[in-house]
Amino acid sequence: MIPIEVSSLKKCYGDLKAVDGISFTVNKGEVFGLLGPNGAGKTTTIEILEGLREKDGGDIKVLGLDPWKNGYELHKKFGVIPQEFTFFEKTTPREAIIYYADLFNVKVDPDEILKEVLLEDSAKVNFDNLSGGQKQKTGLALSLVNTPELLFLDEPTTGLDPNARRAIWDVIRGLKAKGKTIILTTHYLDEAQQLCDRVAIMNHGHIVAMGTSDEIIAQHGSGERLEIHGTEQLAHYIKANTELQVEYDRHRSVISIPLKQKIDALAALAAAEQSKMDWGEIQTRRDSLDDVFVKLVSGRVDEHGEITIENDESKSRQT
Amino acid sequence: MVSGKRIFSDFKVFSRGYLRNKFGLFFGLIFPVILILIFGAIFSGNSSGTINVYTQNQDTGPFAAPQMDVASQFLNALNSSTTIKVITVDVSENFSKYLADHSSSDGIIIPENFSANYLAGHPVNLTVYGNPASSSSGIVSGTVNGYANYFNLNYFQRKYNDTTPAIIGITSATVNTQQTKYIDFLIPGLIGFSILVSPMFSLVNISSEYKKTKLFKQLSLTPLTKMEWLASKVLWYIVLTIASFLLMVGVGIFAFGAHVALTVWLIPFLVLGPMLFASLGMLVGTVTKNPETAGVIGNIVTFPMMFLAGTFFPISIMPTYLQSIAHVLPLFYIVEGLNNVMVYANYMGAIIDLAVVAVITAVIFVLAVRLFKWRED
Repeated sequence: MIPIEVSSLKKCYGDLKAVDGISFTVNKGEVFGLLGPNGAGKTTTIEILEGLREKDGGDIKVLGLDPWKNGYELHKKFGVIPQEFTFFEKTTPREAIIYYADLFNVKVDPDEILKEVLLEDSAKVNFDNLSGGQKQKTGLALSLVNTPELLFLDEPTTGLDPNARRAIWDVIRGLKAKGKTIILTTHYLDEAQQLCDRVAIMNHGHIVAMGTSDEIIAQHGSGERLEIHGTEQLAHYIKANTELQVEYDRHRSVISIPLKQKIDALAALAAAEQSKMDWGEIQTRRDSLDDVFVKLVSGRVDEHGEITIENDESKSRQT
Repeated sequence: MVSGKRIFSDFKVFSRGYLRNKFGLFFGLIFPVILILIFGAIFSGNSSGTINVYTQNQDTGPFAAPQMDVASQFLNALNSSTTIKVITVDVSENFSKYLADHSSSDGIIIPENFSANYLAGHPVNLTVYGNPASSSSGIVSGTVNGYANYFNLNYFQRKYNDTTPAIIGITSATVNTQQTKYIDFLIPGLIGFSILVSPMFSLVNISSEYKKTKLFKQLSLTPLTKMEWLASKVLWYIVLTIASFLLMVGVGIFAFGAHVALTVWLIPFLVLGPMLFASLGMLVGTVTKNPETAGVIGNIVTFPMMFLAGTFFPISIMPTYLQSIAHVLPLFYIVEGLNNVMVYANYMGAIIDLAVVAVITAVIFVLAVRLFKWRED
């Protein structure tokens, strides 16, 4: 059975189309990432899959069932960390695990779960005294109590410091190694790249790209290009004297030439040499997922998941 | 469908959290006891129970014989009571102004020719000043009335049988325990207060906060149902109410010699009360958008009940329109019921109160469970 099947899913809040007809599937044992800035529709999507919200249109199946209608049954089968996980202030992680085990009517070894999420040291600290990372780990621990095969992690590392994030990543990798199917949302590119087998980039309720990082780069990236450190005049010279497409980045003082074939580089360098102008470092590079992401959501996404539009000067490439 | 095991495990986690939070413990257990101590000390201190009463004796004679000065005899009699201490005000003073200047509302004026009229058998009136809202005024007028009656009887006795000694005398005695003291009334009132305040404020707060922090969503992803969740809160506040009940009654009895009856009739009130107000708090937290609004609405619902439902003072001293307001407040029936059981042994009245409380509780509990949303749509 395919753990998650989504087709043409729609959800509106008033006039706002939070999710506007998206489709994807998540396969067994896969880590699937929903990547995008705040407001892209990631959390709405994941909450509909969890059975916390009702869809407005489309079809979804989670473990073969409709999560809104069969939520109560489904919740025994999957694990969830909601965004900004919180718990009862005066309860320790160990007590929380025992509480969940009672609720789910399962027998677990709390210490084993604490070990699995690297939280043994804080087992007996009240929740309100835990650090952000430890709180998230408590959430992870609770999502594991009913030994689910499918896990929903909604922004599991948002707001954490780099060390805490890496620790959470280790836990998630451990879960992946155990063959669990995981769907996670994030606005951190590196997180998606580090953890996910496949990624869907969401923006304004749509999926704008989907696949492995390489597939997305191949599909939406610019391909290989030659970059020469030099002046704008040099860029004009190369453009005038070759058949090549030339772009100039004033911000970085870099002349950028897409390479349709490797030999194009030779023509460009020959023209540069011919110009008698000064030029510096040369390199060839491809778009990273980062570059593609910036293109697709038209801006960078900051720490908090907000899009920051870069100023036009630094973005202008065309000479 | 409803699982006792889940209710119990939620109860365990919640009560442990509550006990670890000193704030909740203070308001749940210590605060009502402090209230009993303060109000008990203010109103039922029996040590210096005499009330200072300013008295202007305008009956200056002349008297043929000292025993003809009935006015002075009357004042001496008042002074010998345990409740009143007469303070003489000179005849030249403007009496009501004098009272105002001395921040006092209690006073007596004995008119001119009081003694002569009395001895002649003509009606004569004393003027007793008092403030209807003050408990001391009631005591003053009661005492003056008592002595006036005594003197009236004395007159007839003198008139018809000059030689026999007074047939009625007044033996001064302290107010004995068969009579209701303020503390007896205060204990059921403050128990009602703690039945209201602790579950109500706590549930308003919890339910709106859990909604905001999405803890309810989190819980909705477990097999725990919202009914079970609320049931475990109700259970905890019943336990807390009974604990604070025992503490308050203990303090009332040992510190103030309160006289209250402890019978099984109290149990339904101590169970339904917390259930009613926990559900009401839940309802307020559920229907409001955020914790701030919830807090405001919670206060609007709670404060009138806190003061008008007969908690700190009997509603009989309030004006009629306030009394009718009191009758629509659910807490009124709990406080009245507790009074009926603990103070007046009026079980018929208690059954009626109980029936009203049971109906309100059932309605509010069902409403709270119905309207309360685990998840969104």
